[in-house]
Amino acid sequence: MAITDPPKIVTSRMGHDDSHTLERYVATGGYEGLRAALARMPEAVAAEVDAASLLGRGGAGFPAGRKWSMLRKSPVTYLVVNGDESEPATFKDHLLVERDPHQLVEGVVIAAYALQVSRVFIFLRGEFALGLERVQAALNDAYAHGAVGRDIFGSGFSVDVVVHPGAGAYICGEETALIESLEGKRGFPRIKPPYFPAAIGLYGAPTVVNNVETMSNLPWIMTNGGAAFAALGGGRSTGTRLFALAGHVANPGVFELEMVKTTFNDLINAPVLGGGIPHGRGLKAFIPGGVSAPWFGPDQIDLPLGQDEVAEAGSMLGSGSVVVMDDHTCAVRAAWRITKFFSRESCGRCTPCREGSGWLERIMDRIERGEGREEDLDLLMDACDNISPGVAWPPQQTTICVLGPSIPSSISSAITMFRDEFLVHIKEGGCPYE
Amino acid sequence: MTESTPVAAPRRAALAPAAPTHLSADIVARARELIALYPEPRSALIPLCHLAQEQDGWLTPEAMVDIAGLVGVTPGEVLGTASFYDMLHTESVGKYVVAVCTNIACLLGGAAELLEHAEDSLGVGAGGTTGDGTVTLEEAECLADCDRAPCVQVNHRYVGAQTPESFDQLIDELRSGARDADIPAHGTLIRVRRTTGIEADPAAVVEERRAAADARAAREAASDGGGA
Amino acid sequence: MSDQATPVTGSEGDAPVEEVEFTLDGRTVRAHKGEMLIAAAERAGTFIPRFCYHPRMEPVGVCRMCLVEVSGPRGATLMPSCFIEAAPGMEVVTDSDKVKKAQDGVLEFLLINHPLDCPVCDKGGECPLQDQTLAYGPGETRFVEEKRHFEKPIPISELVLLDRERCIQCSRCTRFADEVAGEAQIDFIGRGEQLQVATFPELPFTSYFSGNTVQICPVGALTATPYRFAARPWDLDQVESTCTTCSVGCRVAVQSSTNRLTRLLGIDIDPVNHGWLCDKGRFAADAVNSEYRLTEPMVRKDGTLVAVSWHEALEAAATGLRKAAGADPTSVAVVGGARLTNEGAYAWARVAKGVLGTDSVDAQLGDGLPAETVLGLPRATIDQAAAASTVILLTGDVREELPVLFLRLRSAAVDGGLSIVELSPQATSLTAHAAAALRYGPGGAADLVDALVSGGSAPATVDADALETARRLVGEGPVVVVVGRPSLAEDGELVADAAHRLAAALPDARFLPALRRGNVLGALDMGLAPGVLPGRVSLDAGRDWYTAAWGSVPAARGRSTAGILAAAAGDQAGGGPVDALVLLGADPLTDFPDRRLATKALEACSFVVAVATAPGAVLDHADVVLPAAEAHERPGTTTNLEGRIFRLGQKLVPPGQSWPDWMIASELAVHLGTDLGYDSVGAVWDEIEQLAPSHRGITQAVLDSHGAADGVVAPLSAGRVTLARRPAPLDPIAVPGVESVERQGASLQAGLAASPNARPESDDTAAPSGPTRPTVLSGPADLDVPHVSPPDSYSVRLVASRVLYDDGTAVTTVPSLAGLVAPGALRVNPHDLDDLGVAPGGTVLLRSATTTALVPVELDASLPRKTVAADFNVPLGDGTVADLIDFAFPVVDLRMETP
Ligand SMILES: Cc1cc2nc3c(=O)[nH]c(=O)nc-3n(C[C@H](O)[C@H](O)[C@H](O)COP(=O)(O)O)c2cc1C
Ligand code: SF4
Ligand code: FES
Repeated sequence: MAITDPPKIVTSRMGHDDSHTLERYVATGGYEGLRAALARMPEAVAAEVDAASLLGRGGAGFPAGRKWSMLRKSPVTYLVVNGDESEPATFKDHLLVERDPHQLVEGVVIAAYALQVSRVFIFLRGEFALGLERVQAALNDAYAHGAVGRDIFGSGFSVDVVVHPGAGAYICGEETALIESLEGKRGFPRIKPPYFPAAIGLYGAPTVVNNVETMSNLPWIMTNGGAAFAALGGGRSTGTRLFALAGHVANPGVFELEMVKTTFNDLINAPVLGGGIPHGRGLKAFIPGGVSAPWFGPDQIDLPLGQDEVAEAGSMLGSGSVVVMDDHTCAVRAAWRITKFFSRESCGRCTPCREGSGWLERIMDRIERGEGREEDLDLLMDACDNISPGVAWPPQQTTICVLGPSIPSSISSAITMFRDEFLVHIKEGGCPYE
Repeated sequence: MTESTPVAAPRRAALAPAAPTHLSADIVARARELIALYPEPRSALIPLCHLAQEQDGWLTPEAMVDIAGLVGVTPGEVLGTASFYDMLHTESVGKYVVAVCTNIACLLGGAAELLEHAEDSLGVGAGGTTGDGTVTLEEAECLADCDRAPCVQVNHRYVGAQTPESFDQLIDELRSGARDADIPAHGTLIRVRRTTGIEADPAAVVEERRAAADARAAREAASDGGGA
Repeated sequence: MSDQATPVTGSEGDAPVEEVEFTLDGRTVRAHKGEMLIAAAERAGTFIPRFCYHPRMEPVGVCRMCLVEVSGPRGATLMPSCFIEAAPGMEVVTDSDKVKKAQDGVLEFLLINHPLDCPVCDKGGECPLQDQTLAYGPGETRFVEEKRHFEKPIPISELVLLDRERCIQCSRCTRFADEVAGEAQIDFIGRGEQLQVATFPELPFTSYFSGNTVQICPVGALTATPYRFAARPWDLDQVESTCTTCSVGCRVAVQSSTNRLTRLLGIDIDPVNHGWLCDKGRFAADAVNSEYRLTEPMVRKDGTLVAVSWHEALEAAATGLRKAAGADPTSVAVVGGARLTNEGAYAWARVAKGVLGTDSVDAQLGDGLPAETVLGLPRATIDQAAAASTVILLTGDVREELPVLFLRLRSAAVDGGLSIVELSPQATSLTAHAAAALRYGPGGAADLVDALVSGGSAPATVDADALETARRLVGEGPVVVVVGRPSLAEDGELVADAAHRLAAALPDARFLPALRRGNVLGALDMGLAPGVLPGRVSLDAGRDWYTAAWGSVPAARGRSTAGILAAAAGDQAGGGPVDALVLLGADPLTDFPDRRLATKALEACSFVVAVATAPGAVLDHADVVLPAAEAHERPGTTTNLEGRIFRLGQKLVPPGQSWPDWMIASELAVHLGTDLGYDSVGAVWDEIEQLAPSHRGITQAVLDSHGAADGVVAPLSAGRVTLARRPAPLDPIAVPGVESVERQGASLQAGLAASPNARPESDDTAAPSGPTRPTVLSGPADLDVPHVSPPDSYSVRLVASRVLYDDGTAVTTVPSLAGLVAPGALRVNPHDLDDLGVAPGGTVLLRSATTTALVPVELDASLPRKTVAADFNVPLGDGTVADLIDFAFPVVDLRMETP
């Protein structure tokens, strides 16, 4: 495989310092996609997105066109944009909202038109103070420009777009928790069934929830056509996608790459991309799609960046974030930190997740400190099994949402791949890397 | 908080929420603008908590009582909701909340060592506030800036990857007021206010939308017919 | 009336339920459409363990204890059976290894942070966590880490303690507070592992319904202060009964240990309380344990009451009463009786009307409605009110007076299709749920009703839009009127007049009397009111029938309590004086709205017999004191505001020499020279069933039958819904404390067994021959509506409303409740206060014809101008609002001045 040179679909303006302004946006073809969309029937716009086979970029990878077609018919429907981006090591939406907010706004209005929704809420992670200001400023300008609000570009279509700040809780990225939070409540996920947003969403009305990056692809698709988008990538994974690369690489950052055509090896090691692992160290493991995903070892580095390809290999492309761990990394410590994250972020509603995450964290912490017992490994795996029966991927669950079954991923990966390291911690009473 | 709850005798329940007494007139006016953005007032609860923090730096019990009245829930529900969220502080914090991410990417980039340094140099543990009330140190979960690890935010403004030395300098700048222009005191989140909206009855907009869609369908049917 | 003896046949009138078939552990079972798997499985005999699920609340599916395998498109997956509706063809497995492993896992997770302090926990022995761990849980703990710690129990109100370490985050309590009571005063705070129940700082859990959270908490995290460490389930004995603190009649389990009442738990019956109780009912039951109970008959000798034998006391009572009655039967009067059982009330009615010959008998204390109005208007059940399309409230604040009726109406308005139209001088707890709230000034109810239903012109106090809405709603569909007393400072006849106008204009409307006192409706049914005889018949209509049965009945209509007291006080022209007064568990000094009149009457009355359970100021005026058994110490029946008759369970032996009321009445009759012939409480009931037309057919056997477990509405012919069968007692963990005590061998039903000589069918041959059975009252009766002139421009008109916790004996005799009485203030419209130049929190001077009072004021924007309101029987300034009420006038006008 090789690094291809696809068109920049969502990062075309990143080279400009003023990429977030209306002037720059309009000067670089902004809002043309929206005009093109408004000239067509809403169904035709939706069909175009369906033809693009655009997979959701929030983590679950569900085709946007299919999701839209499931929206229950109702006079009041909502579009909610998921900009909560809190999956550890994921930072691509951060880039999009700060650097190209108009692209997001345009995408949102296109989707609103296709779906004929009453109102749009852009839920942005509260910690994105600058992003919130940029999107609000872009909206103010877009209203003035006639691209949002009443009778958009003279089309008769109106939609109001509201920016909603989150307040710091990872679980609010989960779409039903996000909806609860948007209703002014704790971010407690709802039970599916029956609370599939497309059926019973915000205020009980049918609701589409899409990720910021998903929305940001729409202007290009409208201007260039769904077929052009579908021609990029491969299999079900069409188009380009943002990959956030972090951890032990020379050149961490966000890269827009063509799906499937590029591999993890390209992303991590190509000089124009990750630039390889610094200090001459080797690769120990990498996490392919956010910390909820099971880990991969060096032998899986040639896997293509494709949703189905990664799934078949037993993990997920998820939120498009890749964390690289070099061979000086303590696997126990890495897995403990991820477990601690889930324990801090569990909403606390389901027993297995609330109690299990804290228990697992304490056991992992004990092992890392050198106070582990050999039987702890079986105990860890069995407690994981009680949260996610079978501890396999895709996971089963005893919980309401998939935060629960995400907890075992790193623990079971670490134990399976680096059992010896656990045993060294246990037998030698401490971390060999310290 | 609850530990010291004085138990007073139940009284005939207040039948109508009291008017705000703690939040300033300007904040209340902005609160009402926010409430109007949502089909149901409760949706504004979290934005209102942010607004209250803009006034007080943290979410005071008095502010929660006002918010409860504004959105039509009990003060207990405001506390219950707010305490779920990391950014809403139901206990007072310093003028600057300095958040050091120690999640996986930052951990690999030396965040644990940075946090340890921060604790030593500030003289407080994570979660604590310096004696002068300027800085509250927090151990944060991933802040979505992982290519600049270890990532630090001050009052939710990114300040880039930090080394122990740059961290100390940052704190000095905060204390001296050198960063006042780009980093407002804790609580102020969004300085850009919404200037326009649809200002119409949502039902009317739905109606209008339907009419526009029908008209377009009719047009399209006509032109299809013409073309055929 | 051939349809009176309707046999007990199970539910009538219910629409057939749609059913679906699914597979449960390999067998085919049927579920109601929309029924959750957990409930359907339970009806099919398979109990699925659970914690968060409660049959009377919306499921939340959070504890994950009820996971079962459900086969779907993606194969069998674990799903919460409390949250998944049974669907046709669904395959459900509850006992696979996978399910067992999940249950095991959930229990282990719940236990890791649980303190396991069962030996010192109130819930020990009746704890679903303990029980289900034994049944489904892991053998031993694998948890070696430090448990989560919280400060030990913290009081979250005067009645409830919270022990957060024991909490399993099932959210039953928080959901109850929010969903059922409608006041989310307790809620979760924090997130994840730190999720804990809390109240807002400085705002305790003051809900009137807080005890229910203790009852439904599946562990010992919430405990009730009064019953902390009081007993263990294995020491407890129990009986099913009905709470008689107010007239809703919530069904309860009465639990006791060594002849001490331990606690009351709500039992779920569909037509009434759905398992809930108010705190007053739940905790006021403690009054039976009071060390101050009267235990001996007493007679005043040389100015002091001294203990005597029953014989001596009854002889003294009989002598005093005979002396007065002999001169003029109308100079004897009987006041009170709402605390009595139906049998006690009937026996006293017979003693008063048949033996002493006086019709001046009144169970209501100037705080009720004319008996003919209550008995004559077509009665609604609570279910009919909840299912109505519109309820008109012409009463006080339902939450303050009849708390569980408030829960039913609130939930009908919030979750169902009920629209509420409120006619009231001031906002109430239901105003927030009302589609229209129409305000009127005291004396203006009839005009307002005319404006609502007869096109009369609207009073100035009424919001035009609200009136428009109300007119539309009233025109739309089945209407139920809840009628009570919006104000104790306004003559009851005025409200009755308004109710009659509603009845005339809305012929299909039904009425639910919102009279507050425990068995006041039973007392009225039994004839403890002027102008009526037992069985809802008027004095005139029943004269021949009862003369034949009893020997005699009074010649003319007697006086109401107001009239009795006025006559005793010598205040009233016309009619003779009242010289002898029998008080049946009533204390006019605290309960009668016009305190000056009550005091004067008792001071002036020459002979007072008090039948009482506990001491009170009224005993200072008593010449003879007869100690009576309390609730839970006596068998018999009670009747709730729907007319639903329940059997009471007796759990305790009355203390000392106290007797049940029917026995006191019957022994007094003997001393008066008449043997009523009762050898048991059942014999009294048999006579009621034989004689009282409204109770015909409701034999002891009918009351004892399984189909009548939820009571029987009288008259049978009017109660199409009366014989609904209680669904088999489900969910043992809905009310943890009942099932566990049953397991200890104390069956709830024990106290309800049929009495040995119960006759299966009512038997007409035993009826007296001669006169024909009178017909029951129907339709509005004649009223004597006083004229109310418009207020002069210098006066304000007074509203006296009730609060739940007041200085009545039900509260003051119970230590845990007595502290909850809060001082009141005069509520004033903001403009009126402005005009006076007084700030809220300040004081004003109130001036009536007879007295003045300095009282604190607060704002109430809901009140019409020139209308002021205060709560009855709580401290107001140096006195109470009863000092300002003057029953000589139909409304109370006062001068309000700056002090
Ligand atoms: C625990 C959890 C966290 C999630 N966080 C995010 C997030 O931060 N951003 C996001 O877009 N989707 C997140 N998701 C996925 C959303 O639930 C949802 O699938 C997505 O927003 C749909 O948008 P898409 O179809 O455009 O991808 C999360 C899911 C889970 C279970
Ligand atoms: S799995 Fe965890 S985060 Fe998800 S709903 Fe349950 S407790 Fe909350
Ligand atoms: S999840 Fe079903 S009973 Fe708790």
